[in-house]
Amino acid sequence: MAFDQLSDRLQMALRRMTGKARLTDKDIEEMMREVRLSLLEADVNFKVVKSFTQEIKEKALNEKILKGLNPSQQVVKVVHEALKELLGGETSVFSLKAQGTTTLMLTGLQGSGKTTTAGKLAQYIRKHHKVTPLLVALDVYRPAAVEQLKTIGEQLNIDVFEKGIDSKPVDIAKEALLYAEKNAYNFIVFDTAGRLHIDEDMMDEIKQLKATIDPDEIFLVLDAMTGQDAVSVADHFHQSLGITGSIITKLDGDTRGGAALSLRKVTDVPIKFMGLGEKLDAFDVFHPERMASRILGMGDVLTLIDKVTENVDEDDMMNLMEKMMSGKYNYNDFLKQLKMIRRMGSLGGLMKLIPGMNKMMKNADIDEKQLVYIEAIIRSMTHEERKKPDLIKRSSSRRRRIAEGSGRRVSDVNKLIQNLEQQTAMFKQMSKMDPNQIDPHNPMKNMALPQQNRKAKKGKGKNRGGFRF
Amino acid sequence: MACDKKGKIGVIMGFIKQLFQSKKRKEKAQKYNLGMAKTRQSVFNQLDDLLTQNTKISDALFEDIEEIFIMADIGVDTVISMVNQLRETVELKKIHNAEELKEMIVEEMFKRYVKEDVVDTNLDTDHPLAVLLFVGVNGVGKTTTIGKVAHLLKQKDKRVMMVAGDTFRAGAINQLRIWSERVGCEFYQKEAGSDPSSVMFEAIRYAKEHGIDVLLCDTAGRLQNKKNLMNELSKIHRVIGREIDGAPHETLLVVDATTGQNGLSQAKIFNEVTTLSGVILTKLDGTAKGGIALAVRETLNIPIKMVGLGEKIEDLEYFDIEEYIYGLFSDIV
Repeated sequence: MAFDQLSDRLQMALRRMTGKARLTDKDIEEMMREVRLSLLEADVNFKVVKSFTQEIKEKALNEKILKGLNPSQQVVKVVHEALKELLGGETSVFSLKAQGTTTLMLTGLQGSGKTTTAGKLAQYIRKHHKVTPLLVALDVYRPAAVEQLKTIGEQLNIDVFEKGIDSKPVDIAKEALLYAEKNAYNFIVFDTAGRLHIDEDMMDEIKQLKATIDPDEIFLVLDAMTGQDAVSVADHFHQSLGITGSIITKLDGDTRGGAALSLRKVTDVPIKFMGLGEKLDAFDVFHPERMASRILGMGDVLTLIDKVTENVDEDDMMNLMEKMMSGKYNYNDFLKQLKMIRRMGSLGGLMKLIPGMNKMMKNADIDEKQLVYIEAIIRSMTHEERKKPDLIKRSSSRRRRIAEGSGRRVSDVNKLIQNLEQQTAMFKQMSKMDPNQIDPHNPMKNMALPQQNRKAKKGKGKNRGGFRF
Repeated sequence: MACDKKGKIGVIMGFIKQLFQSKKRKEKAQKYNLGMAKTRQSVFNQLDDLLTQNTKISDALFEDIEEIFIMADIGVDTVISMVNQLRETVELKKIHNAEELKEMIVEEMFKRYVKEDVVDTNLDTDHPLAVLLFVGVNGVGKTTTIGKVAHLLKQKDKRVMMVAGDTFRAGAINQLRIWSERVGCEFYQKEAGSDPSSVMFEAIRYAKEHGIDVLLCDTAGRLQNKKNLMNELSKIHRVIGREIDGAPHETLLVVDATTGQNGLSQAKIFNEVTTLSGVILTKLDGTAKGGIALAVRETLNIPIKMVGLGEKIEDLEYFDIEEYIYGLFSDIV
């Protein structure tokens, strides 16, 4: 597995040490320097890095980790484990109050993404907890902020309470609470104005808001691209308000997001959610383990798996599989498959989740439009052609017509035909495997067996070292 | 121990003071000082933590210097190469006293920033119709910056028009419109969801006909790893260039001072797509130092043109490297 950045660094450090019988303290010191640099490059606050590397060093020494076969991988593992722990260990579950209305106030710096997050959060909680949410617009300062929230509310079909920009936020909040009670909303998100943590007037205002609303939750919204200053920001907001959780936004970028670590370390409250894109459903609960991998530049397989399982309908998948196995796979199925992929989000986003891909992607030209083009080509086929791929394969005039209809070149159509053929061939191969030999509950079992046998035999004196059969 | 600590504080204070002896400089720096040094007691008292050991030049001292720079978000690579340069010079010149390091640090920073070049922070608006394009990731303050720049240009009696190129984000068009009303300048928009390139195209035609001097083009915030959005930006850039030779005359990357290492990736990719002429560093009135902008200059040779220092319309200043360095260490002095 590619542990990109950190493991590259460690391996380089180790290369300089190869040939030594054992690693000296100085070697370990050097490895810790690589860990330190790697974390700093990920924007983890240097103070946090310092205490963290100290911890790691002790752990590494205690576990006598450097005697192993591949010390660098082991160090990475220790670092990863410790990072995960520091980020909260397990995913923090969001829960509503047992009874009555749950109120939640968002706060943060300007431009961290509070308004978008307010909409995403309300929608997410509505979907997973079956509540009737209300958004309240308390940002009366930034031009058009109220309008932004209103537009988001419309897009999500979530009601927005607003009083324009001429009332004081505290008064709007009071009215909103009354309004929510009257109209039986049971989940209220208060979107507040962005403010600098050192702006005393604005911090006083939000303290007043807190006193007025008495929210069940106060979440700090932090941009994932934040650098060293994340510590100062988080600390000030936490000191002033006593935040109960936080949300990391813009994680769909290429930042490694070390700020999350600083944030967690300073506030010691769980990071609850993460923002993953401009679309209003690009939002998810925060996974410490995945974040740890990301900070280390390890890619994020788990998110990928989740995305796949969440967005793919099992029946659809089974139907598709059946078709594939029977060799009757056609362009209609191709189209279906395409839709599944697109439902999971952007292709670039998906690729980034695969370990090692991140690096390769730097040069690769992933063009999301390709999917659109393929769809256009298929949609330019007649129903007959979609069902019987052979028709197109045999007739160049059909191919030309399809190319013209979709605005693509004939070579693009040919590429698609090839693609379909390759897939069909692959599935045929798969279907030839004897299903009885595959244990449905443990498909890997058969593969693991030979190795186990060998190992078991090794111990017996008679056969040791020899391969007699 | 305490005495050693003082010694090291002395080193850094010394070179700051040296930089800002003159009264004039102090006054000039006052705004930066106000902006950047509001919190002197940040979470961890940097100095106590940073400067703990001796005044002799040691590995520990170099590491401390490294940390001061890293804390300011100057890129790790830049910091390492800078400190390595210092190490080399120290060895070469056989310097033993930490005192002497101070001049070297200042020199090194200036050298790296200025690059034996004249750094021009002026915005290039001397054209019949100057077009300034503002780009950046989401939430950095592009729209607010345009408001401030418009105000600045209006003081210079320029006829300014803003173009609402962010047709995507909810409320973005109105946000810019409200700024244009505050400034009292012209404003061009199409309905939300329009193709931003066509907005630019029409705005340029309109501006030509109506004797506008400077066109300030807002664009939607976009993360640099979104290929489609970057393609869209490339098209905007191309369309502007097709309408007016040599335009956009400035393509300015707006960077939030709180941004960490990602700022470098932002500058690199935006530069590939639009050829940046400068960086505008916003929100420097917080506790963030915006050091990543130095790394941008160092690695990509893109100068910082202006800095945003507050929420008011006049809180925008031309960048001054000396004042900036002062700001970097203002907590410490």
